[in-house]
Order: sequence, then C-alpha cells, then structure tokens
Amino acid sequence: MGLFIPHIYNGEAISLSSVPVVQVKPFRLAVIAHVAAGDLISAMFAQPLGDGFRLYAVLCAPLREQLGIIATDVADSYPALTPDCPAANGFEREIFEQWGIRPEGHPWLKPIRFQPSRMTGQTPAVGITEFFSMEGGESHEVAVGPVHAGVIEPGHFRFLCHGETVFHLEISLGYQHRGIERALAGGPGGRTIHYMETLAGDTTVGHAAAYCAVMEALSGIQVPPVANSIRAIAAELERMANHIGDLGALAGDVGFLPTLNYCGRIRGDVLNLTAMLCGNRFGRTLLTPGGVRFGIDPDRRQRLLTRLDAVEKDLDTALSLMFSAPSVLARLERTGTLSMDLARQIGLVGVAARACGLSHDVRTGLPYGAYRFDSPPASTFHSGDCFARAYVRKLEVEQSIAFIRRQLNAPSAQNELRKPLLPLGPDRVTVALTEGWRGDICHVAATDHEGRFAFYKVVDPSFHNWLGLAFALRGQQISDFPLCNKSFNLSYCGHDL
Amino acid sequence: MLRVLRARLQQKHRTMGFPSGPAPEMPDRFAGRPVIQEPCPGDCRVCRDTCPVQAIRRGEDGRVELDMGRCLFCGACSEACPKGMIAFGPDYQLASARRGDMVVSPGPGTRAEAVSELARKFFSRSLKLRQVSAGGCNACEADVNVLGTPAWDMGRFGIQFVASPRHADGLLVTGPVTGNMLLALEKTYAAVPEPRIVIACGACAISGGPFADHPEAKNGVDSVLPVDLFIPGCPPHPLTALDGLLRFLGRPVPDCKKVI
Repeated sequence: MGLFIPHIYNGEAISLSSVPVVQVKPFRLAVIAHVAAGDLISAMFAQPLGDGFRLYAVLCAPLREQLGIIATDVADSYPALTPDCPAANGFEREIFEQWGIRPEGHPWLKPIRFQPSRMTGQTPAVGITEFFSMEGGESHEVAVGPVHAGVIEPGHFRFLCHGETVFHLEISLGYQHRGIERALAGGPGGRTIHYMETLAGDTTVGHAAAYCAVMEALSGIQVPPVANSIRAIAAELERMANHIGDLGALAGDVGFLPTLNYCGRIRGDVLNLTAMLCGNRFGRTLLTPGGVRFGIDPDRRQRLLTRLDAVEKDLDTALSLMFSAPSVLARLERTGTLSMDLARQIGLVGVAARACGLSHDVRTGLPYGAYRFDSPPASTFHSGDCFARAYVRKLEVEQSIAFIRRQLNAPSAQNELRKPLLPLGPDRVTVALTEGWRGDICHVAATDHEGRFAFYKVVDPSFHNWLGLAFALRGQQISDFPLCNKSFNLSYCGHDL
Repeated sequence: MLRVLRARLQQKHRTMGFPSGPAPEMPDRFAGRPVIQEPCPGDCRVCRDTCPVQAIRRGEDGRVELDMGRCLFCGACSEACPKGMIAFGPDYQLASARRGDMVVSPGPGTRAEAVSELARKFFSRSLKLRQVSAGGCNACEADVNVLGTPAWDMGRFGIQFVASPRHADGLLVTGPVTGNMLLALEKTYAAVPEPRIVIACGACAISGGPFADHPEAKNGVDSVLPVDLFIPGCPPHPLTALDGLLRFLGRPVPDCKKVI
C-alpha cells in the first residue's frame, strides 16, 4: 500500500506544517500505490520554496470518505509519476508549464494551456506545439477551432483519421486563460468571489461553494443550517439546468428536434428558479463566505415548489419521448464507449465516470454542507457510452428534483443566513471538494504568516475529463464527434483558468 | 409519431409575446439599472472602495457615478453604503450604442440610445451573427444561446447565429479578450464581409469585468475592435440582450417604465 498518508476531512483546515513532507521516492511510491488502490488525484501542484519547490499531492479516497495530502521538496526536476500513474499526466504537464520543473521520464510534456511561465513571465505562442501525427494512404488530419461553429467556448481539436474513422483526437486548449490562479494569490480581496463565480460560469454555484468552504475552514466558522440548505438547493438547480440543456443538445445532435426544443426551454425555466433565489439565473451573488445573501420566505418556497412541479411534468414528456425513440437510442448506444478500467486509469470524475459504472460522488463519498444529512444517491450506469452519459444525467435530474423538494418541504425554524467571517488563520491549509454538475471540484488553499492566500489551487472536473473525450473518440466515426463532445460537455475556461 | 404529437400538445406554444406583447416576468430580486440618490457626503468613499471592479467614481461635479460597463451587478456597493444611496432597480433596458452612455448619474435615469444607423439601414430585417467567446465564462454564451430557444425565438426578427464569419453580418463577442484568443478574434473579424458590426456582450467584453487589468487579457473588445453595441451585465439577462439587439436594429420595443 506504500506510505500511509494522514487523512483530513473535506473542508477541514490543518496547520501547514503538519502536511507530511517526505523524500521524492516515498512521495512517488505513495501516490502511485494509493491511485492503484482506487484513490483519485484531486490536485497536484508545485509552490516555490527557497531555491526549489514544494510539490503537493491531494488524494481522494472515496471509499474511505477521506482526503489525504502529502508533499515533497524538489529542485528543478524529479522522476515523473505519469509512466506509472497516467492520472498524473495533466498535473505534471501543468507543473512543468507553470514552474519549469521537469518530471523526468514523462512521455510528452506538451503545453497544457499556453500560460505565462510563473518563473519568467514568458508566454508560449498559443497552439504552436508538436502534435501526434499519422502517415499512410488515406490517412488525413482534420483541424477544428479555436473558433467553433456553435455558441461555445474556444478550443482546438485535431482528428487523426483514416477515412471516416478517428484514430486519435488531440485536444489543445488554453485559449480561455485569464490568469485566475495567479491573481488569487495574496487574497482574498474584493474580486475573489467573482473569480470563483466566473472560473467556469456554468458552475457558478459549484465553484463558489468550494471557495466558501475554504474560507469558512480557514476562518474557523460554521455556516448556519439554512444557508447550507439554500446552497445545496442552488447547486442542484445548477445541476438540473445543465443536465437538461445537455440532454436537449444530445437529442439535437442526433436530429431529434422535439426534445431539443422542449429541453432548451425547460432549462431556461430552471435557470429562472435560480433567479427566483437571488435575481441572477446563474446564482451569482447568492453565496458568500459565511452563508448566503438571500433567504427563502414562505411565499417564495411555495412558488418554487409549484414551478418545480411544472418543470418535472414538462421534463417527463420531453425525456420519455427521447429515451423511448429507437432512432435516438441507436445513435447513443455503443457510441464513444469508455471502459471502467480506462476511466479509473485516467482518473475520470463526475457524470463521465459514473457512466462507466464508477460510483464516486462527492455528495455521498465526502459529504459537505446539507449533503451531510441528506445526500442524493450516486446515479450510475455501466455501459460507458453516450447513452450512459445521457442516462446518468436523466437519473441525476430526477434525484435533484426529489432532493430540492425535500429541502423546501423541511423549512427550518431558524432564519440566520450568514455568520460573520473571522480573519483567516495564519499558516493553514485546507482542501474543499464539491460535486459540481460535471464532477469533482477541488480547491486547495494555504495561508501565509499574515493570513493571506500563499497559494490557491483550483481543479475543475474538466481538467480530469478532457482526456476521456479523446479516448472516447478512438475508433469512432468523425461524424460522431459532436455527439461524443456534447455527452461530456466539458468546460474550456474551467480547464484554462 | 402519436407520442410526439401528444408531447407537443402537452408542451404547448410557449414563445413569448414580447416585444409586441408584455415582457416576460422578471425575478423580483433582479438587479437591473442602478439608481443613485443624493445627497452623498463629499468625503465618503465606501462604495468606491467596496466595488471590486472600480465601477464607481466621483464625476467632475463631485457626484457619484456608476459605470454599467464595468459593473458586475453584485450589489456589494448597495450593501455597503451606510446611507442606502445605491440600489439596483428592475429596469432591464441597459444596452447602449455608446460606451460613455453607460455611466449612470444620480437622479432618474434616461435610457441610452442603442440604435445604430448602419444596423438599421442594412440589418434591421436580417442580422446574422458569428459568436466569438474570447475568455467568456460560458454564462454570457449560454444566455445568448437561449435567445435561439422557442421561448425567446429571436429568429422571429431575422436574428440568428451562424457557423461561419463569412456568412455573418457581424460578431457578438463575449469575454475580456484573452491574449490567447486575440489573433483568433482578429482573424474572425477580418473574415466578416463589410459592412459589419461588433457587439460586446457582458461586463468582460465591455471592460474586462473581473479580469480588468490582468496581463493575460485585454480590457474588453473595444481595445481591439470598434464596437457598435454594448450589452452590460454579468451575464446580461436574455431580456436585456434581446431588447438591446432590437433597439440596435431600430425595431420597436416597449419602454420599461418601472421605477423603484
């Protein structure tokens, strides 16, 4: 099992000096052994320390409801983990790009988001790098992006094809890089909550909740129960809105227009429920460290319940239509299949992982806030294809509706919405995981001697999952790309930060 | 087939009557056009210090001014003001053709003009837009995309997003314009045939938003391209966007006369 890594709870703050710092060799062995035993790498990153760097790894052991954090000190290189632990691939490329620390033996240190070096400030020219290539009769490459045909974020895709069959899809991102992690260091400040809300704007509540958990852990306060409940309601509304939009878009990508149109509208109805909470359709301004800024009065509670019933009814016809149409199912089934084994190896999270039969869900595995008392069961399906990713979304929407109803039907006698925040404790570190609608959101923050952020690391679920999309395309028809892409619907800005 | 028809009957016709009929109901907590009251103590700077994006300043006459092009509509200023002099009202008609018209002064606000002579002359009955996200967080993108769904159906006005800049009359840009998207944005603009227009949608695209003055990004689209319409918000409500687009084209819209 390798080295024992002391555990911390989700949203617990510990003294920075109590993070075990070991030699590189046991660090490697511990991370590799834990991941082989089923742990996920929630975050792995470097921070400058003296003349060298301290390398941190945060591991998530879902079956034991634990998080672990371990560190090692390195100069400018160390033996790479990736050859023995593919899930470390993205993290090691990121560490190399940010700090110039070379993971020796890493198979290919391609730029991951073409961001300015944190050491020299120099920015590599975006998209200019070496890509996989393929030669031979009838083989060709198709390049798409960064500007895409739809109203979506930018990214560059390269398909290596033989005829219509995709041998490999290469995904080159970074176009959305706005320098958020760099700007977070030294905070918190007035813009911090806005960075969180716009890290991945479709996951405003998910990232804001992780940030609030970080702040509350570092300042040592407990959030009022009502605030936890409202945060969870907002998080489930966010999940619903995005899943419903995705289900509609999947129907659209296979040419099934009724569900596309109904879901497009129903998604808006759900966004309007979030706007009923706080005035903003994406939940902006709702969460604040210490609690929430808006409550739910009895009249609002009733209106929410009534409109939730209407959403459920409309959704039922829209989705049963889609899931009973043989023409839809034939396109979804056995398209873009990932095996459970591969999902484990590359460290897939969220809907995409649960669609491969893995049961990890932060809400049940490492419950936080209101989920400590009532967590929707993890929804899984085993087939790993586009159908599974659609079906898991449908199951999750149903569970979210039931959860929101339970929360709204159990009003608390208390009405305190927020607690005042205390100054952040100095030299502390905390890890907060939340289950965003795409999967695990991980925020790791540490304070300096004065209680300011020494570093703030963000890992969006998309960071884990983009490689999954590349694998899902192998052996598929290139015409199935829109369908596969939508079945993952990953964030560009959440990846690029 | 019968199932499809049955579902169709259950889902009903849901396209809104706006703009000839009533505007859709806005949430009661919606933060629209800011309303600034007076008098304000001359030495107080609580709102200015609270604003995360420096949207508030004192004008030359000493009066408090709020720039909607920078504003995230987060309400931090109205929460912080000890005298309750700043509030965000229900007025959703925020779009403007001129950057300077987005600065709100104390007193009853007047709606800024959004009409563009060029747009009215060439595109009033058909406007095809290429959307470019240049660091947008996918909130602006999602809520302009929603204008194409049956409830909003902007296709009724001949407004449509198209897949290629060559088919477009202009660009609708979201995001602060990241350094990594600068070239792609410039190339996309160059590929749009003239006459062409540019719309900056959201606080990021107008001023950089929360990322203003980041070295990794520009401070909005007008630092790169000439902008013909500004739609403020973080993100703008779809009604703000649709109202702005219609006024831009010189088409009639109802006046949002609600005052707080």
